Amino acid sequence: MTGDVACAEGGLAAGCLFFGGYPITPATEVAERMSERLPEIGGTFIQMEDEIAAMASIVGASCAGVKSMTATSGPGFSLMMENIGLAICTETPCVVANVQRAGPSTGLPTQGAQADMMQARWGSHGHYEIIALAPSSPQEIFYQTITAFNLSEKYRLPVLVMTDEMIGHLSERVIIPDAKDIKTVSRTRPKGRKDRFKPYRPGPDGIAPMAIAGEGYNIHMTGLTHDERGYPVMTVEAQYEMMDRIMKKVRQNLDDIIETEGYRLDDAEIVIVSYGVSSRTCLAAVDEARELGIKAGFLKLITVWPFPEDLIHRLAERVKGFVTVEINLGQIHLEVERCTAGKAPAFLVGHPGGTIIPPERVIDLLKEAF
Amino acid sequence: MTQTKKSSGHPLDGLLRLDRIPHIWCPGCGIGTAFSSCLIAMKTSGIDLQKTVMVSGIGCSGRGAGYVNLDSYHTTHGRAIPFATGMKLANPELNVVVFSGDGDLFAIGGNHFIHAARRNVDMTIICINNFNYGMTGGQVAPTTPYQAKTTTTPAGNPERPFNLPLLAYASGATYVSRWTILHTRDLMESIEEALKKRGFSFIEVLAPCPVNYGRRNREKALDSLKIYQERTIIKNDAHPTELDIDFDRGVILGKFIDLDQPTCTEMYDKTCRPKDLLYD
Repeated sequence: MTGDVACAEGGLAAGCLFFGGYPITPATEVAERMSERLPEIGGTFIQMEDEIAAMASIVGASCAGVKSMTATSGPGFSLMMENIGLAICTETPCVVANVQRAGPSTGLPTQGAQADMMQARWGSHGHYEIIALAPSSPQEIFYQTITAFNLSEKYRLPVLVMTDEMIGHLSERVIIPDAKDIKTVSRTRPKGRKDRFKPYRPGPDGIAPMAIAGEGYNIHMTGLTHDERGYPVMTVEAQYEMMDRIMKKVRQNLDDIIETEGYRLDDAEIVIVSYGVSSRTCLAAVDEARELGIKAGFLKLITVWPFPEDLIHRLAERVKGFVTVEINLGQIHLEVERCTAGKAPAFLVGHPGGTIIPPERVIDLLKEAF
Repeated sequence: MTQTKKSSGHPLDGLLRLDRIPHIWCPGCGIGTAFSSCLIAMKTSGIDLQKTVMVSGIGCSGRGAGYVNLDSYHTTHGRAIPFATGMKLANPELNVVVFSGDGDLFAIGGNHFIHAARRNVDMTIICINNFNYGMTGGQVAPTTPYQAKTTTTPAGNPERPFNLPLLAYASGATYVSRWTILHTRDLMESIEEALKKRGFSFIEVLAPCPVNYGRRNREKALDSLKIYQERTIIKNDAHPTELDIDFDRGVILGKFIDLDQPTCTEMYDKTCRPKDLLYD
């Protein structure tokens, strides 16, 4: 199946029962698959009037107690940003898949890119933490969509699945395991007296249990800065307290959240960093480099946000340099450069978008720079 | 001798978040009256309040959700309706009430309103129309009368306002009414009727904003109420095309539309669900 279909299937395997969408190339097939599958299993699909509404609808559905998701591409991702912020501030779990295409603006609708990575990190206004995953094949899209739901439910925040047109439209074999072999996570629900419940009082793990609409907790949720009761409080102290919680729940769980993979990394002198579809370029490039006697290894970022800062920092102590390969003109490259703290040089093999990067370009840079 | 029954509380105490009072609404503002009419209607309607949610957008009226002691959601500007749509479709057992203002629902949120009405999502929309953006200090809204002064139309509003009941009717709303905050009994009855009705219900509530709108248009709070008394005509079943707001000619109030049509959820179940998944 294609990556887009695998994304829908991953959502369903994770327990998604609501999809609010809006057509956009190259993500439409996710919505199409959901429109067919959700009503069969008692879920609901709705094509909303725009991506703003699609995003608002999935936050609402999640507040009503249902795992929810949407899928889009660049222009729609831009329109979703404000309500992604609402989900962050109200700590509402939901999943957004961005099947990236080349931009800016309408760009190349049918051709892929990886140029929304910084938008994924900082696209909504204000300061916050977010989780973004980057699959590199339809099979990975399937699993990472499940992971996205699990992280989202566990940490109560929107999780982004940053795929792209190439793998979204790529057809490969996808193995879907039996339901019993798929681990799914659901948000912690409150216990105890309903009249004493504080919607934003964190549990021992730093995450507040989530009450859903209609259970009798009479909760209030707002995008305004709020206290433990969920009530708006317009003070600097309340802002500190709220920000502390939404930052720490991610920052203090980096080991649980961040996932990376290494390929021929143990003895590598040069670390190629990449994610998503460009991982495929790098696997080939590493083998080729090794044949040429260049000791290259590949660090694949499965979680792009939060960024594996410590790992890059530690590697920078012992390697000759880093090469980031991505279909944009330097986004994650900036993060790599930042995390090396000047201890090793960082280079970019970038592309403005529309096609994948051939391994030869990585080899050329390796030969030239090292 | 008859004795007055003493009570330490207010009849609506159970439905208010008392720890959030005082509210932010200005003296002379009409939102509070519309809000309490809504709460009384919720009580008298007999709907299951545990299954009732209030969703608001942004603005003065949008603060409604913050004061009601129900599951309540204060969302982003203009997006109360799509948020509420997600809630209703995810859990059709919920009674969904959207309480928000004219700028929120019809300028930034206008697109969502017409589509939710078209889909006949089973929800009740209460729109407080105070003819301007009050929260930000009195700017022109899509409901501001022609030539009225606001901070962004210092020479008078050069644009025409929406006829909201006509827009609701044309978009497919199955219940449409308009009242003012002076007509509290009619307003309460109308909200109660809308809450109990299946389908997309829309109630426009005309309300004074003396601080930001009235002040610039030589209309004190009491003047607005006088206008609501003297220059309104109750005409149930009036055709929505007659409902332009022009106080010089008289503004028509009443219940205009009350249709029985299948809801969004019913049509979805009928059309999209495999027959063996349906219970009846």
